[in-house]
Amino acid sequence: MSDKNNMTLNLKIWRQEGANVKGSIVDYRLEGVSPDMSFLEMLDLLNENLINQGQDPVAFDHDCREGICGMCSLMINGQAHGPERETTTCQLHMRKFKDGDTIVIEPWRAKAFPLHKDLMVDRSAFDDIMSAGGYVNVSTGNAQDANSILIGKDKAELAMDAASCIGCAACVASCKNASAMLFVSAKVSQLALLPQGQEEASTRVQNMVSKMDDLGFGNCTNEAECEAQCPKGIKISNISRMNREYLKASVTAHH
Amino acid sequence: MASKLMKTLNSSIVKKQMMAVSGLMLCGFLVSHLIGNCLIYVGAEAFNTYAHTLITNPLIYLAEAILASLFLFHIGMGIRLTVENRKARPDRYFVKQHSGAGATFASATMPYTGLIILAFLIYHLINFKYGPYYTISHGGVEMRDLYRLLIEYFSAPLNVFIYIACMVALGIHLSHGFWSAFQSLGVDHPKYTPCIKLIAKLYAVAMTVGYSALPLYCYLAKGGY
Ligand code: FES
Repeated sequence: MSDKNNMTLNLKIWRQEGANVKGSIVDYRLEGVSPDMSFLEMLDLLNENLINQGQDPVAFDHDCREGICGMCSLMINGQAHGPERETTTCQLHMRKFKDGDTIVIEPWRAKAFPLHKDLMVDRSAFDDIMSAGGYVNVSTGNAQDANSILIGKDKAELAMDAASCIGCAACVASCKNASAMLFVSAKVSQLALLPQGQEEASTRVQNMVSKMDDLGFGNCTNEAECEAQCPKGIKISNISRMNREYLKASVTAHH
Repeated sequence: MASKLMKTLNSSIVKKQMMAVSGLMLCGFLVSHLIGNCLIYVGAEAFNTYAHTLITNPLIYLAEAILASLFLFHIGMGIRLTVENRKARPDRYFVKQHSGAGATFASATMPYTGLIILAFLIYHLINFKYGPYYTISHGGVEMRDLYRLLIEYFSAPLNVFIYIACMVALGIHLSHGFWSAFQSLGVDHPKYTPCIKLIAKLYAVAMTVGYSALPLYCYLAKGGY
């Protein structure tokens, strides 16, 4: 009889030595998985076993393990960050799975994210997009007196929602076109909605979009799979806002 | 300046927006074409006279040129975007699963339904515009008898079936494309967006049903000619 506090899993994990070698799916059988473990702790257990057997552990990204840094990734059974909505891989728990389940684990796949090893990809393309304009240059001085800059509650909330993007790139991973539109639109929106961001709004959207295009991300086809798989629930209305901002910048900007 | 313009026109966002505008214009064409076709229900004379008036107006060449460019542009851009999107993910996933809350059958099959519509378009032009040329005289005016061609063509059940199948593909394409165009152009509002999505569905159903009714009518009415 199977003990529900001691699950056995069949893992199918993408193993690849390095960027330029061929990888493949490798099967592992993992015993002794507790439903209280997080998904990453389950991988830790596997790696411990692999190390004890003198094998190479599975490389995967992680940092905070509390759902705020955006380092963890993983395509779990074909869904970015696994089956639970608005949850990062590090916050996904094994109680979501059953004893005897087969779990397929793959890295994010996109031309713009070259693979380092196993499940780790290079997401510095996102940093490049941010350096192209995801900031405010104007000096905003010391902290303002409360209410000296008036911002409507609705605007503030929309900006805050957009700002909750942790840059994990689940949007790119889950998009059939490997488009980075949701990420870029969240970053464009969070600044475009606030007065301090207005000054550079048109150069920002143009530069960030042009960087995104140069890096080889795909074009959005409005499927909204990104929104559904975003661990922070970022809405595609941000993409619409970016489309609008871009159109406006293209026809009015003097540069 | 020119390079700046080219960069903008080649940006992922403007490409989508051009796709949206050409798509919406083609949506308008579908409506006008359907309304014109409905004269089939009135009878041979009304339909033939309508078609005759249309093709004898010298502006028809301009209208046809615009329409053809719209189609070619929309198709060409669609193919280009699809190829670019495939390139953005050179290595496929081993397993890929939809969340259930994002992609729909319509959104996932846009390139395929698009290609079906393209094939249909070519077939449609060959069968009708460049099809057999019958003549008839209505009120003393010699004109093309398109009505007879339609009835003859749609007396074959296979032709009716192919036509309707293509119209179903068209409806699926429109149900995603119509709303998608607004999203690409940046039209989004918590109140209006659900409305636009509903209109997209109604419009898609209206086009499929409207265009499918014509061959069915011709098939069923063939004895009466
Ligand atoms: S490890 Fe930081 S968000 Fe998952």
